[in-house]
Amino acid sequence: MPQTMFEKIWTRHVVTEGPGGQTLLYIDRHLLHEGSAAAFARLERSGRRVRRPDRCVATADHYVPTTLGTPVTDPEVRDMIEGLGRHTAERRIPYFGVGDIRRGIVHVIGPEQGVTQPGILLVCGDSHTATHGALGALAFGIGSSEVEHVLATQCLWQRKPRVLRIRVDGRLGLGVAAKDVILAIIATIGAAGGVGHAIEYAGEVIRAMSIDERMTVCNMSIEGGARAGMVAPDDKTFAYLAGRPYAPKGGLWDRALAFWKTLPSDPDASFDREVTLDGSAIAPTVTWGTSPQDALPVTARVPDPLGEPDVARRASMERALAYMGLTPGTPLTEVKVDRVFIGSCTNSRLDDLRAAAAIAKGRRAVVPAWVVPGSGLIKQAAEAEGLDRIFRDAGFQWREAGCSMCVGMNGDLAGEGVRVASTSNRNFEGRQGKGARTHLVSPAMAAAAAVTGRLADVRGL
Amino acid sequence: MQPFTKVTAVAAPIDLPNIDTDRIIPARFLRKPKEGMAGLLFHDVRFDDQGNERADFVLNQAPFRAAKILVVNDNFGCGSSREAAVWVLEHHGIRTVIASSLGDIFHGNCYTNGLLPVILPRDVVAGLRAQLHAHPGASISVDLESQTVTAPDGTTHRFEIDPFRKQALLTGQDEIALTLGYEKEITAFEARHARAMPWLAADA
Repeated sequence: MPQTMFEKIWTRHVVTEGPGGQTLLYIDRHLLHEGSAAAFARLERSGRRVRRPDRCVATADHYVPTTLGTPVTDPEVRDMIEGLGRHTAERRIPYFGVGDIRRGIVHVIGPEQGVTQPGILLVCGDSHTATHGALGALAFGIGSSEVEHVLATQCLWQRKPRVLRIRVDGRLGLGVAAKDVILAIIATIGAAGGVGHAIEYAGEVIRAMSIDERMTVCNMSIEGGARAGMVAPDDKTFAYLAGRPYAPKGGLWDRALAFWKTLPSDPDASFDREVTLDGSAIAPTVTWGTSPQDALPVTARVPDPLGEPDVARRASMERALAYMGLTPGTPLTEVKVDRVFIGSCTNSRLDDLRAAAAIAKGRRAVVPAWVVPGSGLIKQAAEAEGLDRIFRDAGFQWREAGCSMCVGMNGDLAGEGVRVASTSNRNFEGRQGKGARTHLVSPAMAAAAAVTGRLADVRGL
Repeated sequence: MQPFTKVTAVAAPIDLPNIDTDRIIPARFLRKPKEGMAGLLFHDVRFDDQGNERADFVLNQAPFRAAKILVVNDNFGCGSSREAAVWVLEHHGIRTVIASSLGDIFHGNCYTNGLLPVILPRDVVAGLRAQLHAHPGASISVDLESQTVTAPDGTTHRFEIDPFRKQALLTGQDEIALTLGYEKEITAFEARHARAMPWLAADA
């Protein structure tokens, strides 16, 4: 029977079918960060061992300062970072800690190190784990109790989700990025559209994307409600993985490659749901509200809640516009921004930094603008090709790797009422600081906002 | 984990869809231990800058202070995987959340903490919220054994739940202990898997 890629990977990881609708799945890779502290502490209290420390990789990203040499003064934050170092040392788990150039955002370093591979089942206690699906892995975010469960058993009970295929056909226009594609997808299916589903992204537009770009798309699957998002592996995937530290070598590479080539969904496989978008119709996109589904082409105007027939949805829009300080009918390109953030597991890879630098080059930021690379190695690679120089010359701040202003746990926050054009993944109330106003955009659009001081159509620059 | 059998209690309606876990507990509190999270539920919408309660927030209103049940809208608990979103609901005494849909990760976190997630059709959930608005302080009854919700007006609605999850909630079972009981199957799988995907063992 023809199978989807999801089914092929799922089936291969079934330990046993449990009672009553749940399957016990085996986990190939488990990524850990400071947020895993509570799970380690409970494991310690219950006296349980870590079953497979060799299947884990840990890094510090959420709480680490993004300026060199900044001491961590908050004792609770210090405990989070030092706790991870202690737990991973005690449990013999590989750890890329502060001072290690391989340290970075957990969803950036997994692929970068070759830990993420096609056909594996990967989990992490973070909702953006779907990022790893860009290489043809089944990857999803889990809660803290599940992290503890995986540490203790290397397994997880799961109910099989349905599979949604999203095809993006045609070709993207000039100035349209992977971020615009995923924002357009979320606006189409809604923030709850993928609940209970794993998404397979397909179509010419996805095929034409680099691995970095596919990661941007898969990363935001959770913003469309889906825990997992994936792209079939192809020659780009294999070329990306070749030679990475954790990637197979020699004869094992050949065996792995032969297996990876069997993973794409069979041509006549059937999906529980299918959605198709026309790639050529996607414009550079910005969000105006406090849900990632509140996205519109930058050429549009702030929408009017009066035009919304659904009562709850209208109330939601009114609240969002009040929080965002926006008036219906205002052209989005007239919205002034106070700050710009380029970074996060959505958009902090080399392709993202290049796209932003191409706009920043020879121009000048008129508002404070930060660039936070996704890992120490990306920072190094960007510096090797002079991107840091371009950003600095344009008045942007070039910082150390970490999650930074995407979630602000390390103190990188925007103030009350401050409007941020941000390449991160969530425009929720308070996400970038209490009262801060977030507009989600692509790296090029963020750079355009920095040099114009407003939400700007990158195609006009 | 506290078992869940039957709860009859005041229910509070939350009307907006897509309530994310950042709103349920802001990120700046996640560095605190679980025990230190009491009182932080919906912090930034429940309290003003001086720490005073906002009168317009439903859980601050007299009839709803004793609520042990939330009746919410689509996609409640979307966004971040932070399990603290369930912990602060638990701290507040909330035992069950009735929704038309829940964020997938939040949904899973409810089960591992003994909070019962109840999924009912959108029109039924909207009807429950309307009754709670019409009769503030009204009670709802949620019975896991019979898989039924009894509305303030006496109508009952059956909900579905996986037998595996139901059993775990009814008994308050430790899921890790249960899985460790499958040691033989896990070890056998590991041996098979290592033969099928041997490259995963050859690490950096």
